[in-house]
Amino acid sequence: MASVNDVVIKIATVNGTGSASANGLLMKSIFRMGIPVVGKNYFPSNIQGLPTWYEIRVTGDGYQARSNRVDVMVAMNAQTYARDLAEVSSGGWLLYDSTWPRSKLLDRDDITVIGIPLSRMCNENFEGVRARILMKNIAYAGALSALLAIDLDIVTELLEETYASKKHLIAANMQAIRLGYDYAQQHYSCPLPTKVAPMHGTEGSIVIDGNTAAGLGCMYAGATVGAWYPITPSTSLMDAFRAFCSKYRIDPKTNKRTYCIIQAEDELAAIGMVLGASWIGARSFTPTSGPGISLMSEFIGFAYYAEVPAVIFNVQRTGPSTGMPTRTQQADILSCAYASHGDTKHVLLFPADPGECFYMAQQAFDFAERLQTPVMVLSDLDIGMNDWMVPEFDWDEDYVYDRGKVLSAEDLENMENFYRYFDVDGDGIPYRTLPGVHPKGAYFTRGSGHTKYGSYTEDSAEYRDVMDRLLLKWETARKIMPEPEIRYSRFNKSAILTVGSGGGACVEALDRLQAENVSLNYCRVRAFPFSDAIKDFIDKHEVVYVVEQNRDAQLRTILMLDSDADPARLVPLLHYDGMPLNAAFVVDRVLAEIAKGRAA
Amino acid sequence: MSYIAKPKVAHPSLPRNRLGLTVRDYEGTVSTLCAGCGHDSVTAAIIQAVFELNVEPHMLAKMSGIGCSSKTPAYFVSQSHGFNSVHGRMASVTTGANAANRDLLYIGVSGDGDSLSIGVGQFVHAIRRNLNMCYIIENNGVYGLTKGQFSASADIGTLPKKGMPNQQEPIDPVSTALSLGATYIARSFSGDKSQLVPLIQGALMHDGFALVDVISPCVTFNDHEGSTKSYAHTRQFYHHVVDADFIAPAEEIKAAYDEGSAMPVELHDGSRIVLRKIDKEYDPTSRAKAFKFLRERFHAGEIITGLLYIDEARKEMHDLMGNVDTPLAQLPLDTLHPGKQELKKILSRYR
Repeated sequence: MASVNDVVIKIATVNGTGSASANGLLMKSIFRMGIPVVGKNYFPSNIQGLPTWYEIRVTGDGYQARSNRVDVMVAMNAQTYARDLAEVSSGGWLLYDSTWPRSKLLDRDDITVIGIPLSRMCNENFEGVRARILMKNIAYAGALSALLAIDLDIVTELLEETYASKKHLIAANMQAIRLGYDYAQQHYSCPLPTKVAPMHGTEGSIVIDGNTAAGLGCMYAGATVGAWYPITPSTSLMDAFRAFCSKYRIDPKTNKRTYCIIQAEDELAAIGMVLGASWIGARSFTPTSGPGISLMSEFIGFAYYAEVPAVIFNVQRTGPSTGMPTRTQQADILSCAYASHGDTKHVLLFPADPGECFYMAQQAFDFAERLQTPVMVLSDLDIGMNDWMVPEFDWDEDYVYDRGKVLSAEDLENMENFYRYFDVDGDGIPYRTLPGVHPKGAYFTRGSGHTKYGSYTEDSAEYRDVMDRLLLKWETARKIMPEPEIRYSRFNKSAILTVGSGGGACVEALDRLQAENVSLNYCRVRAFPFSDAIKDFIDKHEVVYVVEQNRDAQLRTILMLDSDADPARLVPLLHYDGMPLNAAFVVDRVLAEIAKGRAA
Repeated sequence: MSYIAKPKVAHPSLPRNRLGLTVRDYEGTVSTLCAGCGHDSVTAAIIQAVFELNVEPHMLAKMSGIGCSSKTPAYFVSQSHGFNSVHGRMASVTTGANAANRDLLYIGVSGDGDSLSIGVGQFVHAIRRNLNMCYIIENNGVYGLTKGQFSASADIGTLPKKGMPNQQEPIDPVSTALSLGATYIARSFSGDKSQLVPLIQGALMHDGFALVDVISPCVTFNDHEGSTKSYAHTRQFYHHVVDADFIAPAEEIKAAYDEGSAMPVELHDGSRIVLRKIDKEYDPTSRAKAFKFLRERFHAGEIITGLLYIDEARKEMHDLMGNVDTPLAQLPLDTLHPGKQELKKILSRYR
């Protein structure tokens, strides 16, 4: 196996041993060499002692998905050694800590095994158990640097940046890097035939996770009230928001905060707080995951019917129930789209990467206030917690926030009467007032039956009047939703349609299928309700492979429900094992469908 | 239409408050509760309290959950925004609302089912945060809208209209609030307006979580012989231990108080509450002593009322967090981020 800038490194460690910094260092170093990278962290729902893997895909072609290959396995965990050994692609390499013998070393003769005595070297050179464990990780990063030709100057530069405020750690880390690096150089032929080489593929890009991007987006969107209950994998979103706010949201005169983060007692309370704050006129949000959505559903229905804005980030994880909290899935599409009892449906935004997390965070607040309804941003663990290479975010200085239809004190003063749920403009969106502005704006917000004037009712016609207007509002929403990403390659009869984090793997699959002379068009939906462009796209094709990460074809279901698409054309390609989608899965499944006689 | 608007006719001789409003201006729609319901008396007390406090109607926010009690915000101050939320969740909505605008006065009206069963978690956590609000529990020991099931505040041995007496320990909101560190705790009776009005006034002006537990009999399902939440039982067994007079900032203390039994407490806005000890043993500033007293009297079957605990020293939610004085909802959005150039700087860390 020989390649340049096309290599997958997988590092198997034990969680809680501090390997994250070594893995981050490796990925960042390769990125700084100008080579596109993808980082995926497969971690247990546990604090310490269970297996964890970090996968770095070096992709000179700039693909965004994980690969299903492993070229270089760093097997640091005895517990998973056999499995890690088995996973190495034929012709690949396995690096292990040769301090101790490994009985299963001879299991495979189609790979090359590289032994580096990491523990012994670290035990000889460092004092203290913790330091020895930590430095062992840095030492394998050093060995990989030699084996893969990672630029040591860049590694040094990164360590100096990381420990700028703890300078005493730089020397120790550099020493550990050199231990691994020098040992590999002295004992093996470095670099390996599979290696990295500097290129110019990362200009204007950053490496960031989606939760950090969304937290930053919330700050730029002007969110002031964040209410949440900690839940994996959404927790780091609020952590990021807090970190940005603690720097940029302190009033310089008084040293007081211009933000309020409330750790709620549960998700029921978290969404209640968001509704209270939004009702008053603040931009307010809650990050959560599937189980949180289940708990919030009653209030989400309330907000739909009483028309209270709310922004909810659902960083989806593997369900049902507690499921696999540290694995990814897109299995909350249905439960979010129709959350709560009664006739309800909700605006959803589907970011595909951290860049869209940043921009959609802002859009979500605009839509929530414009449409006076909950808006859910459906990210997932893969986007939220993994490092993605994306174009650097920009902030448009001329951007004007959309606060929607809110009446001022002056508006109210000059009005004869204010009626909360009156469709003045014919777009299904009524005018709202904020508490504390003017006595004429007062109304009673309720989830019980109400008339268009805002008063209580049990009258059938009056009830229906409001429910029908809400449908009209839904159609207004459809017109302003972000358009899908569509790629027509030529007059193909078949297409791939996907959502969210499936985008990266599907785009890569399109290239690979093209190489097999299978040409497909492409559509990635970015919002619900579906814009007319999505229906048009489906109508133009005989076969649309709907690629999504859940068992029950949830995206396909809402396509049928909301866009009236012909179910016969929508062929489900379902990936739901908790791992991020990869291109090979899509390619294999499409080819299998074609082999069965499906139109290419 | 299924609600009844109240005709707005004010007699010219009706007194006006400092804002030029009459008590009629603080009314809402006509109550749809049963004739004789205690809750309507509480509504009347709220109306009088805010009228006398000269509250600007739009600066009051009326919060509630679900149940008979939670309907009542429609029956007072129709010029205030109201939020009739979902069952047991009034506290969280009020927390978010207050987080967004700390300048408003928040009055929450809840019931014993709404606060002590389905909503006990939110009740408890609002206290922990010392959320600045007046939290009224209209406590009648039963579920009315679903026709008379016991609530969590039903006393042991109390009889339902039909069926077996209650055998489970009641949850007492007052001792619960005391143990959780609520900073203003009062109990009263819907039939005792002269006691109730100043307690509500003090609760509204108190800076922090103020609980007013009001025994408010359910005439339809819990006003019979053998019920411990009936009008007759309450009248027979309730005791004032500490009464409170509310004195607005500019007003002078006119009443003559006995030396030693009267205790003025200054509130953050400059108004005062004068506590008048009826029972000399009682100490409304000591959590431990108050708790012991309340439990002993409770076991003796007495209903202890008055301003039972007050602590003006503890900071309310915003001050505990160190938030700006300006309501967060009023901060212009474009002042809340550091702009394009700083974004570049932030993102340079991700290269």
